[in-house]
Order: sequence, then C-alpha cells, then structure tokens
Amino acid sequence: MTITDPHPFPFSEPDELRIDPRFEQIREKEPLCPVQLPHGEPAWLVTRYEDVKTVLGDPRFSRAEAVRRDEPRTRYHRGLPGNIMEFDPPEHTRLRRVVAKAFTARHVEDLRVRAQEIADRLVDEMIAQGPPADLVSAFALPLPVTVICELLGVPFEDRTRFRHWSDALLSTTRFSPEEIERCAGELSDYMAGLVAERRKHPQDDLLGVMVAARDEQDRLTEDELVAMGVGVLVAGHETTASQIPNFVHTLLEHPEELARLRADLDLVPQAVEELMRFVPLGSASTARYAVEDVELSGGVVHAGEPVVVSTAAANRDTTVFTCPERLDLTRKEAAHVGFGHGPHHCLGAQLARMELQVALSTLLRRLPGLRLAGTEEDLVWKAGSGVRGLEKMLITWEAAA
Amino acid sequence: MSGADREVPAASPAPGTRTEIWRVRVDPKACMGTGICAGVAPDRFQVRDGISHPTAAYVPPEDQVVDAAESCPLEAIRVTHRDTGALIAPEE
Repeated sequence: MTITDPHPFPFSEPDELRIDPRFEQIREKEPLCPVQLPHGEPAWLVTRYEDVKTVLGDPRFSRAEAVRRDEPRTRYHRGLPGNIMEFDPPEHTRLRRVVAKAFTARHVEDLRVRAQEIADRLVDEMIAQGPPADLVSAFALPLPVTVICELLGVPFEDRTRFRHWSDALLSTTRFSPEEIERCAGELSDYMAGLVAERRKHPQDDLLGVMVAARDEQDRLTEDELVAMGVGVLVAGHETTASQIPNFVHTLLEHPEELARLRADLDLVPQAVEELMRFVPLGSASTARYAVEDVELSGGVVHAGEPVVVSTAAANRDTTVFTCPERLDLTRKEAAHVGFGHGPHHCLGAQLARMELQVALSTLLRRLPGLRLAGTEEDLVWKAGSGVRGLEKMLITWEAAA
Repeated sequence: MSGADREVPAASPAPGTRTEIWRVRVDPKACMGTGICAGVAPDRFQVRDGISHPTAAYVPPEDQVVDAAESCPLEAIRVTHRDTGALIAPEE
C-alpha cells in the first residue's frame, strides 16, 4: 500500500471544541488513512488508540528521520534547530534529562502552593473588579505564564512580547510565513539574551540549570540550549492557558457534570483527566517516519513512510472508552493520550495537571454560580492556530452582597 | 549451565563490572503508563494494560536503564544494586 489519493487534512476548520465526525468513520473503516497536510509530503493518518500508542511509542517510528524529510505538518514553522522534537532516543534522552527533574510529579507538587497563591490573587482581582470578567486575560493566561516565568527564569514583564512570538510559532494561517520566521528569530534572540544574562549572573532557576548543564557538563549545544528554553516557555504556558477556558466551557455545556464537581471538589483531579480526554486541543501530531515495515491494526506502514496521529480521535476510540462522546468525570477506563505517549510524552504533563487542578478548584470554589456573561455568540474562538481555544470568554458569577 | 555462568551479563561487560547486576522495579501505583521508559529503553520496559513492566528484573549495568529511570516524571522506576541494595537511579 502506498500513500495515494490523500484526503486534505485537517478535514475542516476547527469548530469550537467539536470533533469532525469523519474521524469516527475513519477510525472504524480506514485506520490507515492517506492525508495531505497543509505542508510537506502526504502521510498516513492513524486514529485508533492502540495504533496511536504504537506510532508515538515504538522506536521503529522516528522523529529524527522527519527532520531530513519534507515532513507533513499543520503549521508552517518546523521549530528551532536543535529542538527536542528533532531527536530520537538516546540523543533525545540526553536532552530531556537536562530538564526532566524540574517536571517530575514530586517537584511540581512543591510548586502547588505557589500556583494556588497566584490563582487566588488573580481571583481576588476579578472579585474586586466585579463581574463580568474575561476569563482568558484575567486568569487563564496569567496563571500559567507566571508559573513558567518563575520556574524557567523569564521576566514576567516581557510577557506581551513573548506571547506574540509564541502565537506566531503555533500559527497555522493566522500569521504569514515571513512574520512567523521573523517572530521565531526574535524569540530565539530573546532567549539567547537571557542565556547570556545567566552566564554573567548565575541563578538557580531552570534556565540556570540548563546553562550549567552546557557550560560545566557539556550536555547540550548552544542551539539545543536556546531551543529548549524556547520550547519550555512556549509549550509551558500556551496549552494550559487554552485548556482552562476550554475546560470551563465544556463543564458549562454539561451542567449535570458541573453540578457533581461543584458538590465534591475532591473530584477535580479525576475531572482534569476526563477533560484532557474529552477536549481536542490540537489537530494532528508531529510526523513520525517508519524506519522499518510496521504492522498496525489497519495495515502495514512501510519503511520510509510518514505517519501523523490524532490523539483526539484515539481518546474517542469506542473499543477503549464506553460512550466516548459522553463527559463522565468519574470515568475509570484506560488512560487518555492527551499528553501523547512514548519518549516525547509531554514534558510538562505533571505541571499542566497541577495547574489545571488548581485553576478549576479555585474558580469553582470562589466564583459561585460561574457562567457565561453573554451568549455563545459572544465567545471569541481563536482562528488559524494549531491550538484550539478562546481569545475571549466573558464570565459572570454571584457577587457577594 | 553452572551457577557462575548465569551471573555473567549477556552483553560484554566492562572490565571490573563482570559480576555487577542491577535490579529494576516499577511501582505500579506510581506508574501512569506514559511509555517514556519503553521508548528510551525498549529492550528493558514494556507497557501492558497501561502500566510499565521491566522485561527482566535483573539486568547488567546499562545507560539506557538509568536513562529510563531518570526520565520517568512519576519516578516510578527504581534501579538498585542487586547485591548491596544501593540506589543507582533515579537521583534523590
């Protein structure tokens, strides 16, 4: 089988948080589906849960090979040279180990108190101003941005600049290729400047740890160091900032589940897992290339062929999840693949979990009667971005008399 | 096969480490089945039913086993000296 007559992919423009129904048909009938992404060569799209895990986790599928090819991709930008997504183990492991300790469950748990302080301060300000408030700018963005700035060692005052560059890097159609290239260059120069600053004035933040790993232990190159700083900064806030309003929106659309959660905030960690399964954040993974023939449930991927996966489709696989289209906060089935799988499993997954737990519990505890301030039509959804989410989400609540 | 033969690691060992054997354990309560270890050290870990399992409890000293333990965000993998019980990875 070769990749012929590919379907244009994504199948449709993102429609709020809905999943295109074609994913379900394909998962059942065409588990190896030929697709043409906006950039790069045609690929196989894989949508079944077990197949997705194989593509992401099995060393017979390579990221390093993708760098040498015109890899299929939804975004124009291929990432900075030396970024961690360009490597397979053991090279990938060498880089990941430089930063992995900062993102263990144990280390992240130490940051929970600080995240809670930030969340409470942001909600204090929302309450002082009174409803309505824009959940995105008042809470969902500043919470993860503050946390990652403190963890990495990036000045919070620079957020307007790096937020703009970050949006450009994640853009599908929102920015022109020239703008994206310019923003990638500026963000890279900005990070190189912070690195130079660390060399003059060592700090014990993560950027300081990374600089020491390069200068004292020669564990990574200068390009790899800058790309890692950029990767942690961008991936470290954009996704969580998008998921907080996505989760609140999803809960508001499921009032019975929201009522269950309000009645028992101990369910928040489970709720975060189920919402991670339920909410489709991105459209397709970065491509993996088969380095030898690999048999998946729907056929053989031949050596040299690229594959992209939809974790959103895998998270709705009916052979794994009962009534997957139903939000069930106490679902006890297989783990979702919302953070990916295998060596490239989201570096910041434990941090994201903690922040999402703090965000949901704080909003529900402190803003009774939380609901949309306007109608569905007043919501402004992002367009032309690789990450689904809201630009603006006006909310209201029962203000104390 | 004599008892002594069984102690010899399968891979050719570095001089002086002939008899060193490591014990590999995964805490099933901590493991979330991320698949990182199986990607880093595919010969040494397999994820089944959402939990990682070492393919062998006792292994010769290998970088990939330390890499896997150090890469686990849940710190669910423990690598110790079989004979002394001393912790090899992850770093505390």
